[in-house]
Amino acid sequence: MIKSRRSFLKVAGIAAIGLGAAPAINFAASNSHGTGEAVMTKDPEALLARRWGMVIDTNKLDEQIAQDIVKACNNAHNIPDFNHEVDKEKYPDTRPVNKKQEIKWIWEEHFNYAFTDKEDEFLAEKFKNLDFLVTCNHCKNAPCTQACPTQATFKREDGIVMMDYHRCIGCRFCMAACPFGSRSFNFRDPRPFIPKINPEYPTRTKGVVEKCDLCAERLARGEQPYCVEAGQGAIIVGDLEDPESEVRVLLNENYSIRRKQSLGTQPSVYYVV
Amino acid sequence: MKKNYIIAGLAIFVIIVLSPFWFNMVTTPMAAPKPELLGKAATTKKCVLDKYDMRANHMSLLDTWRDSVVRSSDRKYTAANGHSFNMSLSTGENSCLGCHEDKAKFCDSCHTYASVTPYCWECHTNPKEIQ
Amino acid sequence: MLEIAFKGSKNYWLWIVLLLAVIGAGTIAYINQFTNGLMTTGMSRDVSWGFYIANFTFLVGVAAGGVMVVIPYYIHDYEKFHRITILGEFLAVAALVMCLLFIIVDLGQPTRVLNVLLYPSPKSILFYDMLVLNGYLFLNIVIGWKVLEAERNQVKPPMWTKPLTYLSIPFAIGIHTVTAYLYCGLPGRGYWLTAILAPRFLASAFAAGPAFLIILCYFIKKFTKFDPGWEAMQTLAKIVCWAVIANLFFFLCECFVVFYSGIPSHTAHLQYLLFGYHGYHALVPWMWSGFILMTLGAIFLIIPKLRNNYTLLPVSCAMIFIGAWIDKGLGMISGGFVPSPLHHVTEYAPTGNEIMVTLGVYATGFLVLTILYKLATTVKEEIRG
Repeated sequence: MIKSRRSFLKVAGIAAIGLGAAPAINFAASNSHGTGEAVMTKDPEALLARRWGMVIDTNKLDEQIAQDIVKACNNAHNIPDFNHEVDKEKYPDTRPVNKKQEIKWIWEEHFNYAFTDKEDEFLAEKFKNLDFLVTCNHCKNAPCTQACPTQATFKREDGIVMMDYHRCIGCRFCMAACPFGSRSFNFRDPRPFIPKINPEYPTRTKGVVEKCDLCAERLARGEQPYCVEAGQGAIIVGDLEDPESEVRVLLNENYSIRRKQSLGTQPSVYYVV
Repeated sequence: MKKNYIIAGLAIFVIIVLSPFWFNMVTTPMAAPKPELLGKAATTKKCVLDKYDMRANHMSLLDTWRDSVVRSSDRKYTAANGHSFNMSLSTGENSCLGCHEDKAKFCDSCHTYASVTPYCWECHTNPKEIQ
Repeated sequence: MLEIAFKGSKNYWLWIVLLLAVIGAGTIAYINQFTNGLMTTGMSRDVSWGFYIANFTFLVGVAAGGVMVVIPYYIHDYEKFHRITILGEFLAVAALVMCLLFIIVDLGQPTRVLNVLLYPSPKSILFYDMLVLNGYLFLNIVIGWKVLEAERNQVKPPMWTKPLTYLSIPFAIGIHTVTAYLYCGLPGRGYWLTAILAPRFLASAFAAGPAFLIILCYFIKKFTKFDPGWEAMQTLAKIVCWAVIANLFFFLCECFVVFYSGIPSHTAHLQYLLFGYHGYHALVPWMWSGFILMTLGAIFLIIPKLRNNYTLLPVSCAMIFIGAWIDKGLGMISGGFVPSPLHHVTEYAPTGNEIMVTLGVYATGFLVLTILYKLATTVKEEIRG
């Protein structure tokens, strides 16, 4: 039924190892009958790119918008809020939280923390109190994907650094590898701390690492990421390899910086300053 | 002397190994739940696999799906019967639970009977349960 | 051969029961961690590796240290080490068992650990670490067991153990080099991003491993009729001495580069460990005591009169062992994470539960060690009697 190289390789691999060989072979055998062939494809409306990137226009960013963006992302992706009061009836034995074990996908940082290699004694006044938004940079040479021993975090062909929560063993090597502190670990079951679960997106289980996935699930449906939607023009997401794209036009017309460029990871998130 | 010990040990071993059978002999085993189509699924009458394939291989299909969605970003499944589905357990009308609306009947009853505990629902949510 | 382990004195059984009790307590603590997640530990978003990985790193060193008896005996035919080679190999086995257990207890999803084999990732250093650790464990079990068995039967060990023994030497260097590469290949962590890390790890390993072996020799002498030999212990002490001096020297090289160049992302970590950073200095007293212990130990071992002192030697060795544990265990891992990549300071201290799990793993290692040493010493007593 399903004819794809991936599934063939997978079946072959599983059979070779001899783990759970029986169901896999049965499944492969069932391919022979049936009226047609099952195929797995992208939604025709999906947004595609050669390399997804993000431009954050700090001129359009203010306290309110930054907060809206963080909130929109947190709510949509079921990110636990450790300040949330736990429903004692639903989750009776919830232990007290350690706030240092929080989860963050996109959050506010001051210039000195966001750009540690651009320490400036006489920083322009307007940057001093500005809240920069930081998130996963979806680096071109991502050290996290290199570190992962199971390919649970990997680089998609379109440049998005993805997390496969089904496969992650929770070794946290990727967290040590990330130079931007963009990764969070589920030290505990996050559900008691999610104010309102969004049924459109899964929660995570304890023991896996998570981070921003550039709203891969939205792009697949032809929608813009939540941060773009909530950002009122402060965040633009588009194809960095396409010279005509909005992100490239913006980068062409403005001076932009990236975080820790000197490390050579090639972040795909640009800041117009 | 040693022979007796060995035989006694073997006997105890056999008794312990066969304990599930003894257990079922003294208790009345649970009847296998009868699969039934409910709600939307009963009227729609189209699915990702045919009935028997579904029973035997849904877990392999779901495994292929999750790799396809997460790793190759292919999210649309056009089945052998020509119908298209959203490769998702629970998001939207066109997902598993979008059609088989009753998770307790569709997933849990058989899993409980067969004593398997897939960890799908540690992350994925049943929209009905949230409301 | 294993039947030997079931016959022992009252003290032997008391010790075994004590170890089993600690293992039991550790297991209960681990069940708590398994059901509630790693929230039971003191680790955090910023310090994402803690006590488990620290002890893992240290014990990889202890395991690699075993090679310091293998090389002189097998390559340089240093006969004095004939009696203690097996002790070095069995110490490596016990240390590696602990290493693997520390990796398992550190995982967020331990039930999925076989994904590492199911989806092998040759770009990940953890993949190679798994290969060399398991390879070295396997080699030491096979070699140690076969050689001991041959000794018991008073025959020559099978021919094929010879090449395996030679193979175990690069594996020993390999386990600690690869473990250092886990850390020193990460672009954003200034404390680890240094080519001297692997040599430094090896130096501290060749100090800590043999130092522990000397202490174990004292125990063996006290509790069994087997005498590892004073001269062998003296040679080991010289090895420990020069290894710890190399370790201290490498550390000073690191300090020079970091402080003279003054690059903030590199200085911040050493600053935190040695003097405190932005008012945070939880590890400062630890680090200084670690280095003082190692320096004093080195001085005690380099002066022949002090090294030859029967009562002082184990004390010097213990000082070096503890000093290396602080340097590599506590400091190396926390130091790399503080300050965080965004230069925030989040300090780390293990929780009670975490320490209990750690003790459980150590007790398991000591149980393995006790049994293996019991076999080795009994066989050696047998053939002499």
